[in-house]
Amino acid sequence: MSGHSTFEPKNPALKWFESRLPLVGLIHSSFVAYPTPRNLNYWWTFGGILSLMLVCQIVSGVVLVMHYTPHVTLAFDSVEHIMRDVSWGWLIRYIHANGASMFFIAVYIHMFRGLYYGSYKAPREVLWILGCIIYLLMMATAFMGYVLPWGQMSFWGATVITNLFSAFPVVGPTIVEWLWGGFAVDNPTLNRFFSLHYLLPFMIAGVVVLHVWALHVVGQNNPTGVEPKSEKDTVPFTPYATIKDGFGMVCFLIFFAWFLFYIPNYLGHADNYIPANPLVTPAHIVPEWYYLPFYAMLRAVPDKLGGVLTMFGAIIVLFFVPWLDTSKVRSAAYRPLYKQFFWIWVAVCIGLGWLGSKPAEGGYVIAGRILTIYYFAHFLIILPLLGLFEKPKAIPASITEAVLGKNKGAAPASAGVSAPQTKG
Amino acid sequence: MQLEALEGRVDRGLAFARLFRAGRSNFGPTQACRGSGQGMRGKETIVASTETAGTTRRDFLYLATGAMGGIGAAALVWPFVSQLQPDASVLALSSTEVDLSQVAEGQMITVKWRGKPVFVWNRTPDDIAKSKATEISVLLDPVARNANLPLDALATDENRAAEGEGHEKWLVVIGICTHLGCVPIGHMGEYDGWFCPCHGSEYDSAGRVRRGPAPENLAIPPYHFVSDTKISIG
Repeated sequence: MSGHSTFEPKNPALKWFESRLPLVGLIHSSFVAYPTPRNLNYWWTFGGILSLMLVCQIVSGVVLVMHYTPHVTLAFDSVEHIMRDVSWGWLIRYIHANGASMFFIAVYIHMFRGLYYGSYKAPREVLWILGCIIYLLMMATAFMGYVLPWGQMSFWGATVITNLFSAFPVVGPTIVEWLWGGFAVDNPTLNRFFSLHYLLPFMIAGVVVLHVWALHVVGQNNPTGVEPKSEKDTVPFTPYATIKDGFGMVCFLIFFAWFLFYIPNYLGHADNYIPANPLVTPAHIVPEWYYLPFYAMLRAVPDKLGGVLTMFGAIIVLFFVPWLDTSKVRSAAYRPLYKQFFWIWVAVCIGLGWLGSKPAEGGYVIAGRILTIYYFAHFLIILPLLGLFEKPKAIPASITEAVLGKNKGAAPASAGVSAPQTKG
Repeated sequence: MQLEALEGRVDRGLAFARLFRAGRSNFGPTQACRGSGQGMRGKETIVASTETAGTTRRDFLYLATGAMGGIGAAALVWPFVSQLQPDASVLALSSTEVDLSQVAEGQMITVKWRGKPVFVWNRTPDDIAKSKATEISVLLDPVARNANLPLDALATDENRAAEGEGHEKWLVVIGICTHLGCVPIGHMGEYDGWFCPCHGSEYDSAGRVRRGPAPENLAIPPYHFVSDTKISIG
């Protein structure tokens, strides 16, 4: 499926270089000549948007580190110093803080798209699992990044999340002390989180390379879920996908800019503008919005270890989706029942997110339990059974047929088609 | 439909090639208007026009989009470059006051101004006499290098020492060797001033370079007397 490069350099210097390291040819075959299904919709632009967000986070992060000090007595002040003293520091910090949220918005849409169109199914299992690894790394990176400003939410978020590991029998307390580098979250914790927060994005970038590589080996899925069968089913990456991705990115950046310039603190917590105090916990502590569904699951289980395992299980189950879904049909467009269950599941995820932001009491906990059970039932019961009982709709013979209709898709090339080419 | 899709492909290919040509052609607003008019008439007309006219509506759109994107990218890059400049907290430290009443005759103290060492020396009459006896012609650098005087002032002792009645004993210089930035050691070397441990440059009792490789006299920072016993540097 990898695009055959037609790249032949004319320039003698480039020819010399290309015969020693075919770099330009690789770029050409991957991002210019690479055949993409002709029917990709805008949900497919989020891969490019995510790459853009990764670059955005790395660039703004590298700049923030130039002004930030990872020490318990200086961290909070150095962040305020960035906001007040550093030229354009407020903008760069808000880019980084809101960029994290935008990154997660994009990754959730990207994952929902994969689940809707069955992009995880053979032969794309490794591609899907690499994506799950990227998601895990993103969660770890975002968590450690949130600790760095050393506000109240930073400190107590770090305390709660690291304490999750204390739930494991026997080794739990030792793991936690080793995570902390002490007997509580303190300066050694801040220092190591800072180090890892700088390291992990580059690991993400490495896994992204593998993710894109795997994608280019098996080729992109598409809204029909039918593999491209002929040249007619694909268009070259450039200009078609580049322009479409570019337009998607611009629209996404407008959305990003709206947060950045109008409501830069909307997704944050006011408590994090209070310096960390190891002696007083804020009255209502909640994680960042992108962890809320998992936080709701943690609180839904009345047992410490059970809650932690449920939370981690909610992510681990994603790794097994390629095998839990027994249906032969990829796209939900041809799976009338799955389509409905998919949207119910999306609603459940959003519901869990909402419950995660509410206090852990009364009806909220009961609702949290119901939705948590449904979340797992979707993967462990509904997905395997649907494949057995669902009667899928007729699948088109090819992408072209799905796009243009049966008759036109099958029509042979007429004389008129070649005319513009010969004239041009 | 398929015919149209292929046409679109060829059409775009042509437009891409023309994107580079259009930059060199005498592409003006009148042509753009004409192009847009043709665009209104439908796809077939555009295809025809790409083969005859020099530029099209699409060329205009490509150029306008590219230009807008370029401006946007430049605007975004600026904050990332601008953040490198000294920030407000650094600029706030740009002046330092020094109390001279505690500096005994012959004593040399070092104070910090903008992160750099500044030497303040209460020179003895002997130091001053030696400095005054030195002819300009024997100096390696005949220019005063005094930020409080014109650029072409000569490196006489008067132009190097502090200005004003009874201030001539004070010498205030930035304690950074003009060679490669080391801090010279006081009361050392053949000329009774400073000796740089890095590459052996020597300075006299007016902070003037007397032996290389340093090319210039020790620089004198902008400063003024707040009172007879206090100066403000910067």
